[in-house]
Amino acid sequence: MSTYFAGNYDVAVIGAGHAGIEAALASARLGCKTAIFTINMDAVGNCPCNPSIGGTAKGHLVREIDALGGEMGKTADECFLQMRMLNLGKGPAVHSLRAQIDRRKYQDVMKHKLELCDNLDLRQAEITDIEKNDDGTWTITTRMLAQFIAKTVIIATGTYLGGKIFIGEVSYESGPDGVFPATFLGESLRKLGISTRRFKTGTPARVKRSTIDLDRLEVQQGDNPPVPFSFDTESLGENKVVCHVSYTNEDTKKIILDNIHRSPLYGGKIEGVGPRYCPSLEDKIVRFEHKERHQLFIEPCGLDTEEMYLQGMSSSLPEEVQLQFYHTIPGLENALIMRPAYAIEYDCIDPTTMNATLEFRDFEGLYGAGQFNGSSGYEEAAAQGLVAGINAAHKVLGKEPFILDRASSYIGTLIDDLVTKGANEPYRMMTSRSEYRLILRQDNADERLTKIGYELGLISQERYERFNKKQELIKQELNRAKNTVIPYSDELNDILVSRETSKVSNSIRLIELLKRPQLNYEVLKSVDVTRPDLPMSVFEQVEIAIKYDGYIKKQLAQVEQMRKLEVKKLPDDVDYKTLTGLRLEAQEKLSKIRPANIGQASRISGVSPADISVLLIWLAKRSQDTHSSEVKNDV
Amino acid sequence: MLNSTIAAISTAQGLGGIGVIRISGDDAFTIADKVFVAVSNNKLGDVKGYTAHFGAVYYNNEKIDECVATVFRAPHSYTGENVVEFSVHGGTYVTKTVLRAVLDNGAVPALAGEFTKRAFLNGKLDLTEAEAVMDIIGAKSHAAAKSALTVHEGALSKSINEVKEDLVLRAAHLCAWADYPEEDIPEIEFNALKDALDIAYNKLSFLLSNYDKGKAIRDGIDTVIVGRPNVGKSTLMNLITGYDKSIVTDIAGTTRDVVEETAVVKDITLHLSDTAGIRDADNAIEKIGVDKAKKRLSTAELIIAVFDASAELSHDDISILNDIKGSICIAVINKEDLDIKLDIEKIKEVTENIVFMSAKAKTGVKEFEDILEKVAGTADFDASNAVLSNERQRSLAKASFDALSDAINALDMGMTYDAVTVSLEDAIAFLCELTGERVTETVVDNVFHQFCVGK
Repeated sequence: MSTYFAGNYDVAVIGAGHAGIEAALASARLGCKTAIFTINMDAVGNCPCNPSIGGTAKGHLVREIDALGGEMGKTADECFLQMRMLNLGKGPAVHSLRAQIDRRKYQDVMKHKLELCDNLDLRQAEITDIEKNDDGTWTITTRMLAQFIAKTVIIATGTYLGGKIFIGEVSYESGPDGVFPATFLGESLRKLGISTRRFKTGTPARVKRSTIDLDRLEVQQGDNPPVPFSFDTESLGENKVVCHVSYTNEDTKKIILDNIHRSPLYGGKIEGVGPRYCPSLEDKIVRFEHKERHQLFIEPCGLDTEEMYLQGMSSSLPEEVQLQFYHTIPGLENALIMRPAYAIEYDCIDPTTMNATLEFRDFEGLYGAGQFNGSSGYEEAAAQGLVAGINAAHKVLGKEPFILDRASSYIGTLIDDLVTKGANEPYRMMTSRSEYRLILRQDNADERLTKIGYELGLISQERYERFNKKQELIKQELNRAKNTVIPYSDELNDILVSRETSKVSNSIRLIELLKRPQLNYEVLKSVDVTRPDLPMSVFEQVEIAIKYDGYIKKQLAQVEQMRKLEVKKLPDDVDYKTLTGLRLEAQEKLSKIRPANIGQASRISGVSPADISVLLIWLAKRSQDTHSSEVKNDV
Repeated sequence: MLNSTIAAISTAQGLGGIGVIRISGDDAFTIADKVFVAVSNNKLGDVKGYTAHFGAVYYNNEKIDECVATVFRAPHSYTGENVVEFSVHGGTYVTKTVLRAVLDNGAVPALAGEFTKRAFLNGKLDLTEAEAVMDIIGAKSHAAAKSALTVHEGALSKSINEVKEDLVLRAAHLCAWADYPEEDIPEIEFNALKDALDIAYNKLSFLLSNYDKGKAIRDGIDTVIVGRPNVGKSTLMNLITGYDKSIVTDIAGTTRDVVEETAVVKDITLHLSDTAGIRDADNAIEKIGVDKAKKRLSTAELIIAVFDASAELSHDDISILNDIKGSICIAVINKEDLDIKLDIEKIKEVTENIVFMSAKAKTGVKEFEDILEKVAGTADFDASNAVLSNERQRSLAKASFDALSDAINALDMGMTYDAVTVSLEDAIAFLCELTGERVTETVVDNVFHQFCVGK
């Protein structure tokens, strides 16, 4: 058997899941000749776990991807079944949009977008080998022995790389949903010198709709009207499905505890590290034994399927035990399992070996994204895919690296966390992870990132102009709120009393009223007679800007402080072990993480403020040295 | 971090006749004018550089001391920034109170070597000095870390930690509640949250107002007495402190823990630790004592090493000499009333401060005091480190207190909980700074610890 040469690409993307898709689309749209390889053409854009996109913090990521010209939000809008804005009433920082989606339709739409995209070839192939060539390009080989040469390669293998499924005592090598795994690539990477480790995740069973007694269960409706993810989607139409809620009970708990020894996790068969936030039901029951019941959501997988997803009920117990414990749950007494729950273990890498561009520090032109990098979740994957795709393209095009910092976005926070702190378990985005969450809201993702997307070349002129127009309207309305005086009236005071806020004895500016937490545009409508007819999204921005002004200013000041350190770049070739004055622990940590700048260095645990002082002085000396040697060279 | 105005006591503590508090940064004059009133009534912000002004410093409207304020205008100062130096009458209480006044009015405690660092970054030091500066910062931060270690073991630190843990529990609940809206996380009860924040607020407020009481701030020289078993360490300790504190017997290895006491010798305050005799211990309990003694050795500012005049230098003695090499130390050759068999040549190689005495017969006491005075007066103890770690702790507790007030205000005003949470996390962040933790991770870890969340 011998290999054959099959073609040249600027960018080759291995894997066509959520990370690979955004990476390939971005790179192709930036003008790079791009190939995206999928192990199975029917597995493109698969959602092997929950049939939903978004959720807390993940909804932020989707909107940010959209504002930068990515595809996830638009496709979720096209395939949505139900939309819910979570956390209404808890404050704008934590509002998060989530869509139940038609899982198969999502795949079809995404696959078709890949097929229609210029500069992009979607190909079915298992990549078995990757090698660096002397000229800096990469050769990748398929199972069919085709060889491609690519200037840059993005690895987005998800749970396929060395994938192994566990269901009780049964285990076998497999990717998700019974698709075969990537068996050879892991070894090829280890041969290159990239060390891999095992992570684990899991998914619940799918059960047949007609065997669930839905009438007895609590119904969860979508929002009315549903709000889209994409700033480009005009409107969505109506929600198409409802979800249902049920709970486990003492019987469920007993069955699980009686059979816990049959769990591969507790039996010691799984070596991979699972995420704390995505525990199997047996995990939850063992770790929180006092908890009487656990909630589950029953979600439809699509409009033309009877498969129902049991959110919260992931398990790796044997199929017969799964059947027993699912049957203890109200409404599921007669449920037919169409697909059993399973745990899956896979190879991933240590993300601290990467730069914030998601390029391996020691392998120029090689990038990684998604679960391969130690994260978890479709949205986290897509966000990294977008950034890796842009950077791979920029490398090919000779453009500047594209890096989003923590203060710009959840995407930046996610990547900074990964490359600075690493991941000891699959990393999930949470609003709690962002220290700047009052300014990084899902409602202003467009304001934060559209201009960047436009400058990258991923946002169209037309969309950019529409965005600018919206910003102009926000500015005008903010000015109007500052200058508009609401005259004293009984009607006004009636409103104030009904909202349980203090009455006024004189006329008052609109902005002063909007500052009060108890009031909003809606309730002031009748007394605000000069109000122009503007989109809700404009009023929303103005209201938040006014109400949270003090907090926003405080966070902006913190951002300014952070960015002062972020611009102080640390060169790649620093030998930290020779820097006198650094403590040993700092020397070791800095040598391992190799931060790009002082800001990143200061976020490494074990690097103290004194170590940062030492680095600042070393930098100052170095820049003076460089400067004086340049002067000498001029002479 | 880079542009804050910093302050510290820049003279050794409790030793000189004059104490100097240095303020450096953009706001040096504004801050100085809040605590200093010149006899001439001139504002320091209006006067020329390189001028000195007589007046008084105030803290909370109470006069602390008379004072000479020296003004340096950027870039003509040591750091290249605006600098004010307050010279007050020496003495720990006065210098510390002035520093406190300055910190409460907007300065932050200088980090180890920070004046030097700024001087360098502002081009006031020669390029060739960079490595020396890096070394100084390394060494100073090591010294500061030593003091911080002492501070962290204190009761005060424990109280601060308690407050932090209470707040982290609340923040984690708020975060779990926001990040897992569908995971039956208990609702946030307004009154319960308010009560918890009020309790933490009151605790911090109590801590801050009682900060200096008791032994919160330790002045003086952190001193440790070492020696192999039964050379008379405890007898010497008792002699210095004036009463029986250590258990004194002639069975080697009686002092199995570290005994601490404060004593004043010739106006020099010593924080004395008597330690277990250092030797290759075969008994497990004694070994713990020996390990503790060795740990104390590495954090002490002054070491008093005791040797037995009536015996030859032993293996254990030599090991002690190796441990104390390079430290500031006094060698006491005890039991001079007995036959002298000790050859002091090896000791001379380590220190020139050698005194012969008998702690038991109380001979050589005056010589000991003289040599102590000489060492204390000439050695650079940089005792301001301990004060500064304390002041840093206090100023972070104060900042945390202010952020907590913001959180409580947000709650009272009826702001949404996201605004309450960010202020609460700011409050935790300041307390986390003391231990080098990061607030987001601490809170996220606690979410998973406390709540059963996940799909």
